Amino acid sequence: MSDVADTPTPILEIENLRVSLPKGADRPYALDGLNLTVNPGEIVCLVGESGSGKSLAAGAVMRLLPEPLVRMSGGSVKFDGQDLSTLTEAQMRGLRGDRMAMIFQEPMTALNPQKTVGWQIDEVLRLHTDMGAKARKARALEMLRDVHIPDPDSAFNAYPHQVSGGQRQRVMIAMALAMSPRLVIADEPTTALDVTTQLQILRLIRELQASQGSGILFITHDFGVVAEIADKVAVLRQGELVEHGPADDVLNRPRHPYTRALIAAVPDLRPPAPRDFSDAPVVLKAEGMLKTFKARGGMFTGKRKAVAAVDHVSFDIRRGETLGVVGESGSGKTTVSRCVTRLLEADGGRAELDGRDILNADARTLRAMRAEIQMVFQDPMASLNPRKRVVDLIAQGPIVHGMNPGKAREKARELLALVELSPAAAERYPHEFSGGQRQRIGIARALAMEPKVIVADEPVSALDVSVQAQVLRLLADLRERLDLSLLFVTHDLRVAAQLCDRVAVMEKGKIVEMGTVAEIFAAPAHPYTRKLLSSIPGRDWVPPVLKDDAA
Amino acid sequence: MPILIYALRRALQAVPVIILIMIGAFLLLKLAPGDTVDALVGDMGGADAQFIARLRAEYGLDQPIWVQLWRYMIKFLQFDFGWSFVYEQPVSVVLMERIGTTLMLMAASLFFAFTFGVGLGAIAARKAYSTTDNVISTLGLVFYATPSFFLSLMMIVVFSVKLGWLPVGGIKTVAGFYTGWKHVWDVALHLVMPTAALSLIYLAFYLRLMRASVLEVAELDYVRTARAKGAGEARLMFHHIMRNALLPVITLLGLQFSTLLGGSVVVESVFSLPGLGSLAYQSVVQRDLNTLMGIIFMSSVVVVAVNFLTDLLYARLDSRIELA
Repeated sequence: MSDVADTPTPILEIENLRVSLPKGADRPYALDGLNLTVNPGEIVCLVGESGSGKSLAAGAVMRLLPEPLVRMSGGSVKFDGQDLSTLTEAQMRGLRGDRMAMIFQEPMTALNPQKTVGWQIDEVLRLHTDMGAKARKARALEMLRDVHIPDPDSAFNAYPHQVSGGQRQRVMIAMALAMSPRLVIADEPTTALDVTTQLQILRLIRELQASQGSGILFITHDFGVVAEIADKVAVLRQGELVEHGPADDVLNRPRHPYTRALIAAVPDLRPPAPRDFSDAPVVLKAEGMLKTFKARGGMFTGKRKAVAAVDHVSFDIRRGETLGVVGESGSGKTTVSRCVTRLLEADGGRAELDGRDILNADARTLRAMRAEIQMVFQDPMASLNPRKRVVDLIAQGPIVHGMNPGKAREKARELLALVELSPAAAERYPHEFSGGQRQRIGIARALAMEPKVIVADEPVSALDVSVQAQVLRLLADLRERLDLSLLFVTHDLRVAAQLCDRVAVMEKGKIVEMGTVAEIFAAPAHPYTRKLLSSIPGRDWVPPVLKDDAA
Repeated sequence: MPILIYALRRALQAVPVIILIMIGAFLLLKLAPGDTVDALVGDMGGADAQFIARLRAEYGLDQPIWVQLWRYMIKFLQFDFGWSFVYEQPVSVVLMERIGTTLMLMAASLFFAFTFGVGLGAIAARKAYSTTDNVISTLGLVFYATPSFFLSLMMIVVFSVKLGWLPVGGIKTVAGFYTGWKHVWDVALHLVMPTAALSLIYLAFYLRLMRASVLEVAELDYVRTARAKGAGEARLMFHHIMRNALLPVITLLGLQFSTLLGGSVVVESVFSLPGLGSLAYQSVVQRDLNTLMGIIFMSSVVVVAVNFLTDLLYARLDSRIELA
């Protein structure tokens, strides 16, 4: 990148950065020849899929790489014109948290569970200032107010587990910005959050950055977020910088094939043409379904109220149709999927599969019905038994239901072909596969029972965009070929728009709005739906339709 | 005060537990062949059958076991532990004389094992796979593998017999008649070897657990966060790693307190300390049922109390745990 002389000294200047991986890794360098500049008041997004080395770039800047296994082996990192490799460890410690700060991805695990929020913000001030205890507390409270935490005084004394995920991330930001650093590195700061919270956090980062004039290196995999926040974008693939430039150029006129593929994989918010199901029979029907989680409480906290996770939920799905259940975490969408498959016992209401009652079926009938309604889970690693070969994982269901083991395995191999995995995959174990491949195995396992309905709980949330697009395409394809009905639980409205025929929007255990995708996205009636839709990051950005021969 | 209500509830819950322990222990002890009379007669060198029968009737040992149990439990519920026919004193008196020594030994051992185990474990983890770590870990293995009776005897040979630094056994110098600080120092000297013998194996447990725990916690996200805040290594260790790494060690500490009581039987016997452990051993040999039951009662109360204290400590250390 050619920096013009009249621009002010960049806050961060990375030149030809190279980070070595230990021997035996899939490639010798995690990052190779990375060039990146962050100017004051600028938000630079570093975009890449998992394994692209984007988080290691942050580690190299902070000099917090897990040395000696992973170390910087070439290039230079200049901070405010100063080469960081010339600094001693003690000088580096003085910089960290003071003039360069970091915001991490998981607000759940990135805060010490044993220290109060106040203590953790206070620590930054204690490390980098000579302020007295009173002044530090005042400053910490001021920071909590700046990040718009409701009731800063009580948050100050709270432990991290006592505040919500979004608030924890605010605490993280307050901690990072306490010293008004010149450079903030944000490593996927909103990935673990709900859309509405995500938008608030993104706005907050923008707002604070504007008032403090710091430079932000924002690491993300989500092009929606990029469209929302970035001034400049750099795209990483397997440790190599494939494209960089102003956000507008990269987002709307991507040049490199990889960037183009990534952007093409971002689900479009415009739904595909609606399909008609009015003649198809109803396969799955729920009426007034109820599920309440019991009150729970300890001696110090007092009783918590009982939570109605599913509150009179009714819906039906016709053959071949896909119903999306969308909502934020805690809205009860997962509980609905568990109740309808009887993985959880509902407290009331009815659910029918092909006209037969599920919720009150006795153990034997239920066992037989289970074959017709199958689940695909979110975390493909956690939901596959690591000690079983793939062919056995897939054949297990049919064998349990009385199929001849030899025949079941033969069928399992056919299913692998159906989900586009090579036949060799059959003899391997789950850990040998990537996330997307594992999710294909999960789908094959569900299909092995020849179900009428598949209940998919966030099946693509843990996957990279490009892989996500492939799995979604596979699901859509299988649905057509096998005439499957899908109950598709997701928090991602872009995904819902692409795959679903109808969506049900859930808030606090209730379905607040239900309708075809086109209706809901074009004219949301309920305020909550409107809020959800307006929170989608980059909602104003329409991914360009890219043709391979376009310039 | 919720904490008092909680304590009261835990105490009430402990009552049936202790009663069940007592009934179980009584029946188990009755399963062993021989009774007090056999032991007494054996000591006397034999007696005629009529005398033996009269003795049995006097002690109530001629009754069916259920009757004996019933009578014992009735008295027990009035906190009457009966009479020790071996010591010719009420059991409660015998116990009270002994419990101080044992509690002192246990507290000293546990404190020593915990402090040094945690400290050495933390050092070993910070310098993982270095020479320091290897030395500490090997030492831990040796401690772990050495039986306490062997360790006791070897220490006596080295420190008492050869070097003459420490007393061979007992709780104080009998002919010394020390008072004040001299007495304290005297008792402390007598406790050095028993404490070491009893604690080293536990030290090894805590060391290994702490090492593993520190290594695990050091990799966690919030430690990385603290690093990114500019915290130095010492600060990381004390404020962010140790506090969280201690939790599993505390769990083990509570669980092991009861086994420590068992270990004190051997150590007290070897060092002839007048504590509950050696009393238990003698009571078994002499079939002194009442005393034995008293010891069992004491031990179960101690274990229940320690479990309660561990839970409190855990709730204090881990802000996420709620007592309920």
